[in-house]
Amino acid sequence: MAIDDRHAHLAFSRFGLGARAGAGLRALGSDPRGAVLAEIGPAPLLPADGLPATPAALQELDEFRSERRKARQRAEDALAEAERKAREAAVYGPPPPPPPMRNPALETYRTEAERRFAAAQAAPVGFAERLVWFWANHFCVAAAKGQAVRITAGAFEREAIRPHVFGRFADMLLAVETHPAMLIFLDNRQSVGPNSRAGERRGRGLNENLAREILELHTLGVGGGYSQADVTSLALAITGWTVVGPFDEDHELGEFFFNRNRHEPGAPKVLGRSYGQPGFEKGRAALADIARHPSTARFIATKLVRHFVADDPPAALVSRVAAAFADGDGDLPRVYRALVEADETWAAPPAKMRTPQEFLAASLRALDRPARGPQVLNLLNGLGQPLWNPAGPNGFPDSAAYWASAEGLKTRLDVAAQLARQAPGIDPRERLETVVGAAASRETRQAVARAESREQGLALMLMSPEFQRR
Amino acid sequence: MSDDCELMTPSRRAVLGAAGALFAWSFVPRFAHAAGARDCRFVTIVLRGALDGLSAVAPVGDPDYAALRESIALETGGSDPALPLDGFFALHPAMPNFARLYRARQALVVHAVATGYRERSHFDGQDVLESGQPGPGRIETGWLNRLALALPAGERVSPHAAGARVLGVGAVAPLVVRGRAPVLGWAPPSLPRAGDDLAARLMDLYAQRDPLLAEALAAGLDTEKLARREGMAGDNRPAGGPADPRGMVQIAEGAARLIAADDGPRIAALAFEGWDTHANEGGAKGQLANRLGGLDAALAAFERILGERWKDTAVMVVTEFGRTARINGTTGTDHGTGTVAFLAGGAVRGGRVVADWPGLKEAQLHEARDLRPTQDLRGVAKGVLADLFGVSAAALAADIFPDSTGIAPVRGLVA
Repeated sequence: MAIDDRHAHLAFSRFGLGARAGAGLRALGSDPRGAVLAEIGPAPLLPADGLPATPAALQELDEFRSERRKARQRAEDALAEAERKAREAAVYGPPPPPPPMRNPALETYRTEAERRFAAAQAAPVGFAERLVWFWANHFCVAAAKGQAVRITAGAFEREAIRPHVFGRFADMLLAVETHPAMLIFLDNRQSVGPNSRAGERRGRGLNENLAREILELHTLGVGGGYSQADVTSLALAITGWTVVGPFDEDHELGEFFFNRNRHEPGAPKVLGRSYGQPGFEKGRAALADIARHPSTARFIATKLVRHFVADDPPAALVSRVAAAFADGDGDLPRVYRALVEADETWAAPPAKMRTPQEFLAASLRALDRPARGPQVLNLLNGLGQPLWNPAGPNGFPDSAAYWASAEGLKTRLDVAAQLARQAPGIDPRERLETVVGAAASRETRQAVARAESREQGLALMLMSPEFQRR
Repeated sequence: MSDDCELMTPSRRAVLGAAGALFAWSFVPRFAHAAGARDCRFVTIVLRGALDGLSAVAPVGDPDYAALRESIALETGGSDPALPLDGFFALHPAMPNFARLYRARQALVVHAVATGYRERSHFDGQDVLESGQPGPGRIETGWLNRLALALPAGERVSPHAAGARVLGVGAVAPLVVRGRAPVLGWAPPSLPRAGDDLAARLMDLYAQRDPLLAEALAAGLDTEKLARREGMAGDNRPAGGPADPRGMVQIAEGAARLIAADDGPRIAALAFEGWDTHANEGGAKGQLANRLGGLDAALAAFERILGERWKDTAVMVVTEFGRTARINGTTGTDHGTGTVAFLAGGAVRGGRVVADWPGLKEAQLHEARDLRPTQDLRGVAKGVLADLFGVSAAALAADIFPDSTGIAPVRGLVA
């Protein structure tokens, strides 16, 4: 039983989001690996109720901005009027403050965060959610780009990532690169083919940002065998992939839109192959070929193994996972099975750190605390992993050294203390048995048992090496 | 009017992260310990969002100033008079500590100054300011980090008493300190602190079970302890962050304690936010006044906590660019060009405003809208580094501020 317990703890920490209060480790029964594999199934969609689809979100943002402009104009007029009166009366009052307005980007961001963490809370093991998080970081957008990305970041994950987590890589790639959040984040929205109608008329130009990141970060990887010429050609192939703006009355604001006027004519050559398909098909065909390139298989396999197994991914395991990617033509369940079924995957020592998101989700599951949007966002900011907001398009780093920094660990301790204070009445010794079980070291058991209060015992449990590492 | 700042094209680096944190070089320069040599401290404070130099240090003697600034113009009389500096310039009334230091010849103002950047994007402007490069786009390393590489490294700074070791940087370091020289990071707590007893028990557990976590946590706890070691009993709550006046003071206090320590860093950078005053900027009172008050109190905190070491300290306050000379339709100012830089500290040869004043008539403004810069901020920084640390002109022009041979160091700003 003790052996299975340890296996269950590893299944929960390496592949999932931690054991939950209640059934704890026992929820996985006698076959933890089988329980992980069992989460490979239907797409882990989120119930949409109350969450806006991308066009609706961008329309709301547009209305907000237009209202805010009007409010500012009114305030300005009022100020001019007040100044006129003041001059006449020779008294000077403070200018009237502009009326407060609720910002839909912040509200939507909070709600999306809460739903995402509610899904993490509800998952039996959490493998499907971990995969969603993995892909959301691989194909990241960053809210710091602006309100339009902030308000659509959650919808991006729901619409472009989740439906394809158990589908084909090529489908996820196309969904991601045609999603408004990505087109805005990496500037393809503004890209214009220099010889397109719009390019000749207005002298605006090509933006290579998205094309570069597709090759460097999303598919082949640095050193994956592409040149600057390939970047430019791919950028040309996807000119016209844009988002409907506020002054286009023929299409719905905020939807993906292929703008023929901006599309570069001709047949650009990407990775040795020419693409002369008409219009949108040109870029779609190029992406489909890039998705099945051997470098893509290797790059994705390396990242998956690094994420789930070890900072230095074992070469043999990477090869096996890459082969599954290639043999299945990017069929992702086949890739995940190759990873989870490999014995090396389970034999590697738990040397990685839980990311702040995983640590927070696992803590809330262990303490049986609900996730509230504002708290989730604040804590993740403090822990250095702000939600949907990495520093660059390469996402958050995936190494133990990065997350076990001095400042980061100190903040985790503060978070653990705060969460423990909010979960009164739990016996920490019992909870340690439930969620860590036989994997808990003698020293951890002793530290938890000798704590001066229940809260302190729980905080020690959350900070124990067994809870932090995976 | 460019008031939708969130739509500016961001560069690839973090724009959020630990913006208000202190980041410092993890070594004490070797000559700091040489007999007879001065042991100088150098702090750079970056004001993110573009400080309105014409409100911070108002050219009250310029005949065109009051008309451009209308309701937010500072006055030399009235209930909140600007603080006189030299007859032509007056300091914002929210900065009495700086005025006191100025009178004591420990503070000076550089006016009508700018980096080499002439566009108006915050992100690119900050990149240029922090990278020390002539233009945007080269953002791998910052000039403070390259300064650290140019100085002979002595002992490694070690808040962790156990000895020499690398300290991890918790969050993303700002560009100005990024590079090959190792840096130490610290940020004021954004959460209530965990109790000392809990921390001690966890340290004990890590020491037995996980040496790497033990090392990291020890460093994190020691840095925090150092940052709060003076009479901070009961200070258990976060104080508002880098855009809040109290937050600025809290950050400055922590930073000052770290650099005051004998084994603490000598070169440090921190950032305050919230200077992007497009609407309701305020004059003697208001939004900008509150933040200038925070900056002023932060400088006072450095002076107080550095104590004896203040006499060998220079604090340089810089921003990415200035704001429009004329106020806009929402009683604020938009992105501009020329602005001010502040220098404060016992090492500063203060009591003066260093300016080649360009005037504020339409034809004298840059692109008919901004204060025209007549000095390059790189020359100011180069002069300070030459005087404070004896950095050679060659290193300054080639490594620290690349391609700046034509920009002469402004010598004599610090003694």
